[in-house]
Amino acid sequence: MLEGPTTRRDDGPRPKINRAPSPILAQVVPWLSVVLATIVPTWFVIASAPMFPPFGFLTFLAWRQLRPGLLPLWAGLPLGLVDDLFSGQPFGSAVLLWSLAAIAIDNLEERFPWRNFATEWLVATSLITLYILGSYLLSNLVAANAPIHVVVPQLVISIFAYPLIGRLVAALDRLRLTAVRISR
Amino acid sequence: MAPPASKRSGYSRRAQFSSFLSHTAGVVGVVIGLVLIVISAVNPSSFQSLRAIAADATDPAAEATAKGRSFGDNVLNSVTGFFKMGSRHAKLEKELAIAKSRLVEAEAIEAENARLKDMLKLTRTRKDVVAVATLTASTPSSTRRFATLGVGRNKGLEKGMPVRSARGLIGRVLEVGQTSARVLLITDTESLVPIRRTKDGVAGFAQGQGDGTLRVRLVNLGINPLKKGDVIVSSGAGGLYRPGTPMAVLTEILRDGAIARVISNPTDADYVLVERAWAPEAPPVEAPAEKP
Repeated sequence: MLEGPTTRRDDGPRPKINRAPSPILAQVVPWLSVVLATIVPTWFVIASAPMFPPFGFLTFLAWRQLRPGLLPLWAGLPLGLVDDLFSGQPFGSAVLLWSLAAIAIDNLEERFPWRNFATEWLVATSLITLYILGSYLLSNLVAANAPIHVVVPQLVISIFAYPLIGRLVAALDRLRLTAVRISR
Repeated sequence: MAPPASKRSGYSRRAQFSSFLSHTAGVVGVVIGLVLIVISAVNPSSFQSLRAIAADATDPAAEATAKGRSFGDNVLNSVTGFFKMGSRHAKLEKELAIAKSRLVEAEAIEAENARLKDMLKLTRTRKDVVAVATLTASTPSSTRRFATLGVGRNKGLEKGMPVRSARGLIGRVLEVGQTSARVLLITDTESLVPIRRTKDGVAGFAQGQGDGTLRVRLVNLGINPLKKGDVIVSSGAGGLYRPGTPMAVLTEILRDGAIARVISNPTDADYVLVERAWAPEAPPVEAPAEKP
């Protein structure tokens, strides 16, 4: 965004004097946004059914799709650990599923390097479906069986919420690369 | 977006190595996840200290949000009420039709309310309430039903204490941290509460289904005596839950039991009471053993 010729007007905003993207901001924003998306929604409602989409996973997925390679392949391990502390799932469930999702996206990227909206949407939708079903099965493994219809509303909400999360992550990506004042 | 070019490592040893390392780390994540799952499947209470530390750390922010939550509900209700003035008339007509069926339900709740008031008086005089607290967080994206309490060991909470709101049973304390505690809600699939029907004491068990309803199973097999609209309360069998705490209203009758809707929705409960665990050895209700 900041590289390339700046002679033409439509190449984006002209870099300002004494302003540059902060490397700390550029590194911290993706990690912090996933952690916050995991923790903050748990405060807003005392739910008596799984009603919220797994916001942490959706944000993680959106970052991996928007900026491949920005979050490393092993990011599912620390971020999944944080999710497991708060999600109520059996400990390790997010570590496993997030790592698997990251590897799946990575392989798909290698196979289809140039993707369009339909592919991205299909990949995200199938990963979200697999994730929710996987979480359901893993929690059934530890606790007594919950009926499968319990997760259907959550599945639908998650699939519809994903594009919104994608927009939010795109906005955060712009924030990540905002030129801030350089202090000397 | 196309993957970054650095992915194709080419002939650079260093690039090859770092790509290999990153892939290995990804696989290691999967393996660690599997190991953790197995550990928590074998012993579900492992990692509870980690969870308690995490809950304690986020407790101040969660508590602030919990205060904002009830305030936000009120504001939202007033604002939507103002804007819905016009459509209210049509809504009222519709509600009138529903009211008849609600009336039956209301009678049951009225009877239960009277019981409840007596009970609250009792609990106050008996000093069984350990703490009054707010529910600060929950697990809204999991099929498990946990909530977090804003008090912990600092207020004398212990594992196994029943948690109730003014309207009915909510759950029991599962893990205790320093300033927070984890509650297993009665709607969780792992929660099994002995119950009886208010009218005649037909006994059974209520297991959560993870979606806000309970599956009621009767102790005695045979003709199912349950009726839609019956109120069930905890029976106190086996201890832990105090007998007579209101729990749910039956909404659907099945061949060998029923589906029940929980009376005390934890979302609506501003404050919840943590009680001392009830001991089954105590013969009369008036003098329960003070042993948790």
